[in-house]
Amino acid sequence: MRAPVYLDNHATTRVDPRVVDAMVPCFVDLFGNPGSTSHRFGHAAKRAVDESRARIAAVIGASDREIVFTSGATESNNLAIRGVAERSRAADRHLISIATEHKSVLDPLRRLARKGCSITILPVARGDDRTGRIEPERIAESIGNETRLVSVMLANNEIGTIQPIREIGRICRERGVLLHCDATQAVGKLAVRVDELDVDLMSFTAHKIYGPKGVGALYVRRAEGRVRLEPQIDGGGQEGGLRSGTLNVPGIVGFAKAIDLCEEERAHEAPRLAALRDTLYDRLVREIPGVSLNGPPLDQADRRLAGNLSCSFAGVDGEALMIAMGDLAVSSGSACTSANPEPSHVLRALGLDDDLVRASLRFGIGRFNTLEEIDFAARTIRDAVIRLRGLRDSS
Amino acid sequence: MRHIYLDYNATTPVAPTVREAMAPFFAEHFGNPSSGHSLGRACREAIEDARSHLARLLGAESDEILFTSGGTESDNLALCGVMMRGGPPFTGHLVISAFEHPAVAQPAKFLARLGCQVSIVPVTRHGVVDPDAVRSALRPNTRLVSVMHANNEIGTIQPIREVAEICRSRGVLVHTDASQTIGKVRTAVDEMSVDLLTVAGHKVYAPKGVGALYVRRGTALDPFLCGAGHESGLRPGTENTPYIVGLGRAAKLAMKSLDDTTDQLAELRDRLAKTLREGTRTELPIHGESSPRLPNTLSVAFPGLSGAEILARAPDLCASTGSACHSTAITMSPTLAAIGLAPETAHGTIRLSVGWYTTRDEVDRGAQLLLDAWESLSDASRL
Repeated sequence: MRAPVYLDNHATTRVDPRVVDAMVPCFVDLFGNPGSTSHRFGHAAKRAVDESRARIAAVIGASDREIVFTSGATESNNLAIRGVAERSRAADRHLISIATEHKSVLDPLRRLARKGCSITILPVARGDDRTGRIEPERIAESIGNETRLVSVMLANNEIGTIQPIREIGRICRERGVLLHCDATQAVGKLAVRVDELDVDLMSFTAHKIYGPKGVGALYVRRAEGRVRLEPQIDGGGQEGGLRSGTLNVPGIVGFAKAIDLCEEERAHEAPRLAALRDTLYDRLVREIPGVSLNGPPLDQADRRLAGNLSCSFAGVDGEALMIAMGDLAVSSGSACTSANPEPSHVLRALGLDDDLVRASLRFGIGRFNTLEEIDFAARTIRDAVIRLRGLRDSS
Repeated sequence: MRHIYLDYNATTPVAPTVREAMAPFFAEHFGNPSSGHSLGRACREAIEDARSHLARLLGAESDEILFTSGGTESDNLALCGVMMRGGPPFTGHLVISAFEHPAVAQPAKFLARLGCQVSIVPVTRHGVVDPDAVRSALRPNTRLVSVMHANNEIGTIQPIREVAEICRSRGVLVHTDASQTIGKVRTAVDEMSVDLLTVAGHKVYAPKGVGALYVRRGTALDPFLCGAGHESGLRPGTENTPYIVGLGRAAKLAMKSLDDTTDQLAELRDRLAKTLREGTRTELPIHGESSPRLPNTLSVAFPGLSGAEILARAPDLCASTGSACHSTAITMSPTLAAIGLAPETAHGTIRLSVGWYTTRDEVDRGAQLLLDAWESLSDASRL
């Protein structure tokens, strides 16, 4: 077993060696600029991009021309949300989202609010329900005449909640409102097909699915009503004018390989991850008092990501816990905010008090994790929690 | 190798040592640099190391370097970040040159649509922006002047320092797109006196999909993408660790060999020009020849013929006609239009650009391929 044991696969993933192998030739032989139309190096690079685009499109049920490559999910989310808002008439600028979205959805919305758009952020907690699931009716109630876009993620990056996108899509379609879905944590892990979901825009990225960092995509519907977006990065007019900049050929080739591998292995990988996750949770609740589960129940595969676990350890500080478990890589919230540790907005949105939010860990179990590592993790967490609680009690 | 690549201004292969430096960051040190655990921290350190190498190449401080997804994003961030700050309404004035890359020219158009005032200063027929033209374009509300360090098509180097001194005395910020100059000539930000400078990784033997923006301390920018607070809040998104490491290594390589590289590239470029000129009795105009130029770039016109057709007759030679980003367009490239070329001269123009891996033999063979293609086309047109 290699140390540290990595259980932080929602933050990012190891690039699968098969993906690296697919990318390496692109740095050497396929180095042309896909925009160079006058010579074979350019043609070869363009062909590699075209083939990758076709494979990615096929996996999500889109057509080639509906895929816009970006530098990652943050950019895709920005392009989708701001791209729609900036193309709307001033009077039609109401956007709806939910409280547990990723910062790269909430931040552009906040910025649009400062610029005069009307933004509704729906709460997800209702009474005792702490699953983080948004009821589609809540979306329906919030849609008004001026609503232009609804943005709801497919699966949550902290608590694994799978949102009822199909139902939300149906509502949006009926009401003539566009639906953007941040599917960053879902593509590659669940069967995600835009032709079955009624989404108009969908963000996803390579580095969460054993592909490289620095490349993502935005699905932009063209079939049955083309979605019009204001580009956010202007220049040479690549990607149908929606995203200028020389294409990251190796990254795109790696992205396609990564999504293909996920698709091939998904049928047996999802149950394997769920079993590892359940084992970890069972060990934690059995061996440590005061452990509570955040997010949907573990036995509902259609409601929670297979590899996801989020737990609170009453009376322990998550940051201190992380530090106490040197050989175990997990996170106390989402990675993107751990440079700036404020309590998780996702757990707060579930109605957890700040003490419990700070006492939480997020586990993301992934492709390279083994049962042996889960065993090591359970022991490490148990020892650390007991030690920290002992220190607290003796002080 | 049979194919001769003389299109280094379009893109460069990734240097072997850059590849080696990147390799461990895909599958081994793969953490999210924002993660607090050891895998995240290792990546954070590697990114900071890369930042310091690039800073050194630019004569900047590490905290003045922001990593982006490439030159286009950097240009967009610089222009929109300055011009959209504090708005709407957007009332500032922007000055750009007439032959900026689309990554500057297009955001400028976008800003004009938002209400910003945009002035385009002409370039001389020698391919140089006249600092006095910039001076007379300035207005009381001018916020930013953006002039590229060297033109991507004809390679002429711009008098950035003179432009910047004029701007500085008027409190106007200066941005330069140095995508084409990094690693070829000196690019010290203090020598140029610029506030913002764009770096594109793939033009300097690092991969496509990474770039940087130099932002002088104290320069106020509005972030352009929104999200979590990566890159001091100015550029959110999970950092692309391997590529950033690659850009850092490329900067280190460029720094080490800069003086030698400049001489070596110029020798190859001059050899290419000489061979071409000696191979024909027709006068071959070289654009920007009397101006300071990038050592690697030769923009040469084959009068009366089509550059695209010449290249089509020399399929083993990889070069370009317009700039790569818009070579499907049949209109005259904005650069060639800006220097006032006659349409038939522009039409016959080929850009040849050499690089670190170009050999004398390739230059000689490349020149011969062009001459042969030119001759066969000329014969055909005489028939």
